[in-house]
Amino acid sequence: MRTFPVVFTGHVDHGKSTLVSRLLLDTGYFPDGKLTELERAAQRRGVPLEISFLLDSFQVERDQAITIDATRIWFCTAARRYAVIDAPGHREFVRHMVSGAADALAAVVVVDAAEGLGEQTRRHALLLPLVGVTRAIVAVNKMDTVGFSAARYAAVKAELEALFVQTGLTLAATVPTVARDGDNVARPSTRMPWYGGPSLLEALELLDGSQARGGPVRFAVHDVYRRDEERILVGNVGAGRIQAGATLTFAPSRDRARVKRIVRFPASDEPAVAGEAIGMTLDHPIFVGPGDVASEIGTPPQIAAAVKATVFWLDRVPLAIGEHLRMRCGTRDVTVVLDAISGAIDIETFEERPTAALARNDIAQVTLRGLGPLVVDLHPAPLARFALYRGDAVGGGGIVRTVVARSDAPEGSAVNDSSLPPRVTALDRMRRYGHRGLVVWLTGGTAGDAPALAAHVEAALFFAGAVTAVVVAEERAAGGARLAADADDGAAARRCAAAAAALADAGCIAIVVAPGATRADLAYARDLVPGAFIDVRLRARLAADADGVDDGTDMSPAERESAADVVIDDDPARSTRELLALIRAAAAPR
Amino acid sequence: MDDLDALEAQSIFILREAYRRVRPLGMLWSIGKDSTALLWLARKAFVGQIPFPVSLLDTGMEFPEVYAFRDTLIREWKLDYQNALCPPESTVDQTLPPAGRAAARKTEGLKLLVARERWRGVILGIRRDEQATRAKDRIFSPRAADGTWNFADQPPEFWDYYQTGVPDGAHLRIHPLLHWTEIDIWRYTRRENIPFCSLYLARDGKRYRSLGEKNITTPIVSAAATIDAIIDELASTSAPERAGRAMDHESEDAFERLRAGGYM
Repeated sequence: MRTFPVVFTGHVDHGKSTLVSRLLLDTGYFPDGKLTELERAAQRRGVPLEISFLLDSFQVERDQAITIDATRIWFCTAARRYAVIDAPGHREFVRHMVSGAADALAAVVVVDAAEGLGEQTRRHALLLPLVGVTRAIVAVNKMDTVGFSAARYAAVKAELEALFVQTGLTLAATVPTVARDGDNVARPSTRMPWYGGPSLLEALELLDGSQARGGPVRFAVHDVYRRDEERILVGNVGAGRIQAGATLTFAPSRDRARVKRIVRFPASDEPAVAGEAIGMTLDHPIFVGPGDVASEIGTPPQIAAAVKATVFWLDRVPLAIGEHLRMRCGTRDVTVVLDAISGAIDIETFEERPTAALARNDIAQVTLRGLGPLVVDLHPAPLARFALYRGDAVGGGGIVRTVVARSDAPEGSAVNDSSLPPRVTALDRMRRYGHRGLVVWLTGGTAGDAPALAAHVEAALFFAGAVTAVVVAEERAAGGARLAADADDGAAARRCAAAAAALADAGCIAIVVAPGATRADLAYARDLVPGAFIDVRLRARLAADADGVDDGTDMSPAERESAADVVIDDDPARSTRELLALIRAAAAPR
Repeated sequence: MDDLDALEAQSIFILREAYRRVRPLGMLWSIGKDSTALLWLARKAFVGQIPFPVSLLDTGMEFPEVYAFRDTLIREWKLDYQNALCPPESTVDQTLPPAGRAAARKTEGLKLLVARERWRGVILGIRRDEQATRAKDRIFSPRAADGTWNFADQPPEFWDYYQTGVPDGAHLRIHPLLHWTEIDIWRYTRRENIPFCSLYLARDGKRYRSLGEKNITTPIVSAAATIDAIIDELASTSAPERAGRAMDHESEDAFERLRAGGYM
């Protein structure tokens, strides 16, 4: 029997837990002994029995008569099994609400008939479509406190209809209830003859329970296992069918391969269907790893440098523009920068107000820029959904609305916009780039080694998201800015120093390869970027080579080494790693 | 995909996510129906070879049938099995009632096991429908260095995104079966033909619905002598699964306090 998960939400004290408990009671769910256990507990506290004690399982919840965390409980009707998710309504517990609601196919929103919409009603109405719940039944509860007034019911219903239209939630039904006494919960009420609609349970039974996983083939590679010399890509089929022989394209590399075999334990070569957890092998070795997304030709996901998204922020510590976070989308982790907040949504008016930081429970439209390629689909596809991690902690989540190829400037900002700060500071650059500007002066090694090492290290930094450049003083070196040595001794080294300093001031990690620099040249270069200069000397593999690469300097190889900040061995296996570690430490934000 | 396929796919995802992001990792196997089904899911997730050790928190008080069943499966499924002996009863708080003492031994045994193996993650077969505080747990549920559970401040979990990092010394309890119910386990066990301990089947009008230590677990009255009969019985009963487990019932919040202190 398929389970139909439904989340119950609502403002604090509007009676959610009571409604759920009543539903369970009237559908015969209560386990033997549970009622007497709760009656005894209520007696001990000298309070009347609250049926919500059934769900509020923690002692502290019963003592304070509040719900701390989302719970889940199952009940069956003749038609299907329901998983009821009871989510807390308190403002500080929105993250538990999100945790509960993300699994649900529909929501029941509980509203107090006397109080009408609460702040949480509005927030939940906004959050539910974000986490993927698009249909809701509303229980206008505690009708006894408004004298079972049809007029009051109609007024609350009208308010809700207007709210749902604004947030994009479909109002499947509205039901007037008294959860405590069971009116219109699982059985009709005799106290509201003016209401001719379904009970809450009947309204639930009318909802379509199919969980369609439509759309083109998606397979997010979760991990790669090695078995008997085979590389098995494992993961869950997000959508579509995959069978042996199918040609798949992997994002972001766009490499193609054919599925050799669908791998299961115990073995079976049936085609894999949407949702299934499988393994697969490919017909030829391409580089594919966790986080890559396979699709069929012609229907790939988007590969984006930046995305516009709606996010909800859950962490106590606000999220500021410029902060680096880890975005997990599907199985892919990419470091992203919060480039812009186009507006945080005001819960009272649903207007977007400008802000430089998101507070806990804020919902906002933002631009996130990846330091590596983002692989996404657009909302409402599953691959539009992501979580944002700050360190190890889940700080928030969101959905991708559109992709932006470039995101250098927040949209709408103009050159003469008076709300912009007067200038860009080193701190601004550091926040955006995730590192400090730096000049790395690299000399020595066997001929040709320093330029090659610089290129390798730059590539590693660049593809990890850093802003980089290589400045080379020799004509024959490939890549980077070439500054030809000329007759004027020292001029080339100093021009390199000036170029590198300008790049470092702009926030860039500039690697300079300029042999032949004199002691005075080096002092000059260092002074241009105080505190952001490292002089790295590669120790030559062969002593005989040492002089050849350093024509023009006024120092012997030994003197050059003692003048350097760091000396590393010219060992291809280790030098890249060592230099990278050195640069990462020196460029780390502080 | 039917409902069991969907449950299976989610549990396999969780197992693979645990193995990808949380190391070192281990799994508890109580030899009961749930954790045996979980072992089967782990074999599926990792294509036949479970890449981490599995341990029983052994109080020495399991039923002989349970030990025999364990030994058979270790052999047949080629498990990397590590027995984890719990500290003797004399070392725990003697003012606790008998079932509480057994739970305290297991809680201590788990702490010792996690510390000894330096596990950052322990996979367990608990389910939300077993008990109300378990209903509020997370799939990746952090525990402090002393094993305690701060249930009032749990991390968010939505879609398939989990908080998988823990500070040094602390660990994660990972619950791939959290969203299953008792009847799901039996229907899956039947469908996949997963072996289970014979004590679950009725003999002389009684069977064990939940298996704990032999001195603190009582059988229920039942005529269910086959797995089909168990499933029929569960579809019609409203008695709670753990009614025969004395440790849950010694006071109103007995189980909540056990769990807050580090019990499974």
